[in-house]
Amino acid sequence: MTRNAWRRLVSNLFVIACGLSVLVALLPLGMILFFVVSQGVQALNFEFFTAMPKPVGEPGGGMLNAFVGTLILIGLAALIAIPVGVISGVYMSEYAGTRIATAVRFAADTLNGVPSIVIGIFAYGIAVLPFRQFSALAGGLALGVMMIPIIARTTEELLLLVPGSLREGALALGATRGRAVFSVIVPAALPGIITGIVLAVARIAGETAPLLFTSFNNQFFSTDIRQPMASMTVQIFNYATSAYDDWIRQAWAGALVLVTFVLTCSLLARLVTARLQRLRG
Amino acid sequence: MRGEFGFRLAIGAVAILVVVLVAAIGVELTRQSWLSIQKFGLSFWTTHTWDPVAGEFGAFPFIWGTLYSSIVALIIATPIALGIAVFISELSPGWLKGPLIFLTELLAAIPSIVYGLWGIFVLVPAVRQLQVHTPEFLRALPLFSGPPLGLGMLAAALILAVMVIPFTSAIAREVLKTVPVAQREAAYALGATRFEAIRAAMFFARTGIIGAVMLGFGRALGETMAVTMVIGNTPQVSTSLFAPQHTMAAVIANEFTEASDRLYLNALVEIGLVLFFITLVVNAGSRLLIWAMSRTPARAARRVAAPVTT
Repeated sequence: MTRNAWRRLVSNLFVIACGLSVLVALLPLGMILFFVVSQGVQALNFEFFTAMPKPVGEPGGGMLNAFVGTLILIGLAALIAIPVGVISGVYMSEYAGTRIATAVRFAADTLNGVPSIVIGIFAYGIAVLPFRQFSALAGGLALGVMMIPIIARTTEELLLLVPGSLREGALALGATRGRAVFSVIVPAALPGIITGIVLAVARIAGETAPLLFTSFNNQFFSTDIRQPMASMTVQIFNYATSAYDDWIRQAWAGALVLVTFVLTCSLLARLVTARLQRLRG
Repeated sequence: MRGEFGFRLAIGAVAILVVVLVAAIGVELTRQSWLSIQKFGLSFWTTHTWDPVAGEFGAFPFIWGTLYSSIVALIIATPIALGIAVFISELSPGWLKGPLIFLTELLAAIPSIVYGLWGIFVLVPAVRQLQVHTPEFLRALPLFSGPPLGLGMLAAALILAVMVIPFTSAIAREVLKTVPVAQREAAYALGATRFEAIRAAMFFARTGIIGAVMLGFGRALGETMAVTMVIGNTPQVSTSLFAPQHTMAAVIANEFTEASDRLYLNALVEIGLVLFFITLVVNAGSRLLIWAMSRTPARAARRVAAPVTT
């Protein structure tokens, strides 16, 4: 073989290898979605959404407490994370380049990489231990801490995209900087910021590890945030590692609902982002 | 302007909370593990016995399991992730890029617990079949010894690899984007094949690509639910991919609510503390590399003058 033919061969093999690696990664994605859907629909019915769990051995029952619990936990997390996240994002974009902004950005990226189980221990230490009581509040705190960096970074990026002329216009009209930011610049970026929040919700909705010893679990219906609270993810975990076929079926159904919720959020966020980019660009 | 300063102070106070939060995690975990740190010192990390009933806590098996599973996952995931990044950014036709990016993002969006569920009921049985059909002469090697349980290191590493791929490939794709188009054009103009031009681009972007791989490593180290559901949760040090083992994150998830006495709980928190520091260092390192890469395209362009073979 001539040298050039060899080079062409290597090049073509490389291109094929790259294409194959895409297929290798999409294979598990396809398999997971296939199993979640095909196994999940078997236990999915009206009762699953509206009924409470039945005792072991009795067939049927649902996850009503876990659905409500997950929604409450997400709400608590959002209450904590949205103000802190959005304001940090504003600071990073308004005072970009300052030492504090760099430190905040670095801290946000660091926080984003901290394992969720570690954040769970942190929430346990400051919100469970002092009260000697697992609570939804502690779970919401753990999830909130995870949400903060995601919201902060997307807010920052989106605010930097707002045209400078808008700010200049506001300032020229005599607005203070605070006024310009919160009356003009943030509203201009609001669709994007909301998209960021939706993405953050999608990410924490599927978290299990930080809830195991904060909101713990609750086999009864509860909306009291000072008490332990059921969540879909912890419920799926308990059912999946149990020995009862009926519970395992329900775990798959729970996974189907969870995946549907998470993927819908991601898809919505992505569509909105694409639309925003087209409007701008 | 006074109003201006007040505004900055007010939102700065909230923004600083993010920095305080990271520090507070470190402080709180140190506080909660103080008993164990004082009692065991460094021997906590070098001894093998984990016996809560006898009050003996040696965390070496967990460090071992975490590093072993993450490194094997990295070995599997890195070539695939880089292949995907190259395919999407350099090779795929324009209409295919968007959908492929979306699909790899989906891989990252699937919750860990769902990976775990799939792991228990689909991957583990498949791995068991693979182990049963492994030829005898391979089973004699320490890498493949032990009974075919399915649950174990191999299943954990495989699932971690799948979970890490989207992170590594997304960053690698971003990094490849920072390579100037002129560099690729120059390579083609010199008669380089696709492989040679892309190799040059990857060499140019090597700092950022190492950063991308490290970021994936950081993710793998801290992954909890999917791993604990398939690794077998057995605190032992084994070189075998078939053996059930344990990881730092998994032992915390499994035993935290059962930790009956203070020393036990402190020992678990200490594992969390070290996990926190390891991921902190790995992540900070990878961010620095990626940041350095995106910062200095011009300077780097001069250094990478002629890696293209002729």
